[in-house]
Amino acid sequence: MNDTPGSHIPRTMPRFSATFDPHSIAEIRRAAATGIYDIRGGGTKRKLPHFDDLLFLGASISRYPLEGYREKCGTDVVLGTRFAKKPIHLKIPVTIAGMSFGALSGNAKEALGRGASAVGTSTTTGDGGMTPEERGHSQILVYQYLPSRYGMNLADLRKADAIEIVVGQGAKPGGGGMLLGQKISARVAQMRNLPEGIDQRSACRHPDWTGPDDLEIKILELRELTNWEKPIYVKVGASRPYYDIALAVKAGADVVVLDGMQGGTAATQEVFIEQVGIPILSAIRPAVQALQDLGMHRKVQLIVSGGIRTGADVAKAIALGADAVAIGTAALIALGDNSPEFEEEYRKLGTTAGAYDDWHEGRDPAGITTQDPALAARLDPVKAGRRLANYLSVLTLEAQTIARACGKSHVHNLEPEDLVALTLEASAMAQVPLAGTNWIPGKNF
Amino acid sequence: MSAVLQTSVESTAFFNLSGFSVRELNATLQTLPADTNQTAWTILNPQGSHAIAVGITAQVAITIDGHAGYYCAGMNDGAVITINGNVGTGVAENMMSGLVHVKGDASQSAGASAHGGLLIIEGNASARCGISMKGVDIVVKGNVGHMGAFMAQSGNLVVCGDAGEALGDSLYEARIFVKGTVASLGADCEKKEMLEEDKLILAELLKRAGITDSLESFTRYGSARALYHFHVDNLGAY
Repeated sequence: MNDTPGSHIPRTMPRFSATFDPHSIAEIRRAAATGIYDIRGGGTKRKLPHFDDLLFLGASISRYPLEGYREKCGTDVVLGTRFAKKPIHLKIPVTIAGMSFGALSGNAKEALGRGASAVGTSTTTGDGGMTPEERGHSQILVYQYLPSRYGMNLADLRKADAIEIVVGQGAKPGGGGMLLGQKISARVAQMRNLPEGIDQRSACRHPDWTGPDDLEIKILELRELTNWEKPIYVKVGASRPYYDIALAVKAGADVVVLDGMQGGTAATQEVFIEQVGIPILSAIRPAVQALQDLGMHRKVQLIVSGGIRTGADVAKAIALGADAVAIGTAALIALGDNSPEFEEEYRKLGTTAGAYDDWHEGRDPAGITTQDPALAARLDPVKAGRRLANYLSVLTLEAQTIARACGKSHVHNLEPEDLVALTLEASAMAQVPLAGTNWIPGKNF
Repeated sequence: MSAVLQTSVESTAFFNLSGFSVRELNATLQTLPADTNQTAWTILNPQGSHAIAVGITAQVAITIDGHAGYYCAGMNDGAVITINGNVGTGVAENMMSGLVHVKGDASQSAGASAHGGLLIIEGNASARCGISMKGVDIVVKGNVGHMGAFMAQSGNLVVCGDAGEALGDSLYEARIFVKGTVASLGADCEKKEMLEEDKLILAELLKRAGITDSLESFTRYGSARALYHFHVDNLGAY
C-alpha cells in the first residue's frame, strides 16, 4: 500500500463554470482593469433563433414548381406607393442599410454605391450626412433623417430619392450613436460641425419631436419640404414591433424598416448590443400583423434587416411578410471586411479574421471601417463594388431558386404556408408549424 | 385660379390660408425663382397650421399674420420670415440661412439643429430652445425653458430674460449669453469669461435684434470640455 498522502486519490479534473465561462471571466478582468464598458462594432454574437430554424416546403403533388432556368420569377419591388409622388423601383428585394461616412471610409461608401447600383438597388446614408461621392455613385439613395441631424441640409434632402426617419436600430433600440475621437477626422468633423478628434455622441431622441403625434407632423413637414415626391421611411429597432409599426403607419410612413438585434452598429456598448432588443425572427410576424390589422400590408412596405446572409434568409423574410430586406454587415463582408487576406494584421490587433469587431478604433486592416487615409486606400472601390454586386446577385438567385421550388412566379408570392420550423422557439416566434406537424405553439387549440 | 388672392399697390402678394392649403402655399413659395420680383408676401389666416413656409430658398420677405403651428419656417434657406403671433414646436428647425422673427412666444425646440441664419423671438421660448444647434444665432428677448442649448454644437444663443434648468447640457462649442438668472447649468456647461471676440458677437446680435441692453449685463456660458473624451472618473456627470 502506497502511503504517500493523496497519491492514490483520483484528482478532480479542472472544470470551467458554465456561468463564469472564459468570456465572462475575461470581461470581469477587463472591466476591473479599465473601469469602462466594452465598446465594439457589429451586431449580437450570441446564438439566437434565426432563419436557419425554418425550412421551405417545396412543391410536390399538391402544388407544382416552376422550371428553374425557364420560367420567370420576379424579384422587383416598389417602395413608397402610399403617398409619395415618386415611389422607388428596385430590381431586387435587397437594399443596403444605412451606414455613415465617418463609420465607413469614403472608398467603402463609394463601393456600396457602385455595387448596389450595378444590380438596381438602393444604398442609404448614415449619421454623418450625404457625401458627393455617395450621391454620385448611388443610382438610388435613401437619405437618413437622424436625431443628430449631422450634415442635414435642404439641398441634400431634395437630392435624395427617399428619406428614412431613423427612430432606432436593432443593435441598440433606445440608444444613440457614438463615434470615438480616433475616427473624427477633419472632414468628418466638418460635416458634423464638431471639433476634430473628440468623442462624438449622437442623440438618442430627435431634437424637435417626441411621440407618434409629433412624428405625424414631422412627416408632413418633410413631405412639404420635398413636394410630396419622396417616399418617407420610418426605421425602428425591433423591440415592440406590433405597436411601433402600427404607430409608424398611423404617423403616415410610406415604408417601415424593422431592424432586429442581429443588425450591426459602428460602435456601441457590448452590453447594449447583446442585451437590448429582440431577434428579427421574432419581430416580423407582429409587424406584419400590425400592417394587416390596419389593412396596410403590401400598401405600406416592410423592409426587415438584421442577420440576413443568404438568399434563403431573404426568401424566408419575404415569406413571413416582408417586402424587402436590408443588409449591412453582409455587405461589408462582401466588400472585404474580416478577410483572411489580412490575418497577420488582425492578429496584431489581438483578434482574428472573422472575429474583428473593433470598428470604432479606426484601424481596420481592410480599409472599410476607418478614416485613416493609408488604410482606406487599401480598398479599391471598383473591385469591392463588383464583389458586392456579385453577392447581391447570388442572394437574388438563391431567393428565386427557392421561390420557384415553391411554385411562385414572384418572390413576393412566398407566404408563411411555405414554411415550417425546426424548433419550438422558431415555431412560436415565426408562427409557422413545427416540421411534420400542424402545431404552432400557442395556436390550434 | 391662382392661389394668390390679390396684390396690393406695394406689390405685396397675399395668400389666404382660409381658402387655400399649406401645400399650395409652399408649392408657390418653394418654386419662386431666385431673381423673383415678387419679394413681399403676406400669409393671412394661418390658424396654427403646421409646416408653413418651409424650405424657402428665394430671398423674399414673408409675413405670417397670426399664429403658426409646428415647424414654421423649417429649413429656411434665405427668406426673411416674420410671424405676427406665436409659433409651435420647432420654429426655424434646421434653418440654413435667412431670418426668422417671431413676434410672440415660441414653443419647444425653437431653432433646433439649425445651421445658420438668425432667429429672433420677441417673447419667451419653451424647453430645448437651440437644441443641437449647428451654427445658427438665436436671440430670445424673454425667458427660455429647461434644457436650453442641449447638445448645442456651434452658433450663439442670447437670452435677455432668465434661463430654466440644465442650460447648455452636454454643450459643444456653442456660446450662450444670458442676462437674467440661470436656474441651473447642465453637465459640462460653465460660466466663462467674456472675451473681446464674445463681446463683438454679442454686440452684433443685440444690434440686429434691436436690443439696447449693455454687454456687461450679460454672462457668457460655454463648454468646460471635460466630457469631450469619455473618462470613467467623470461617471457622475453622465
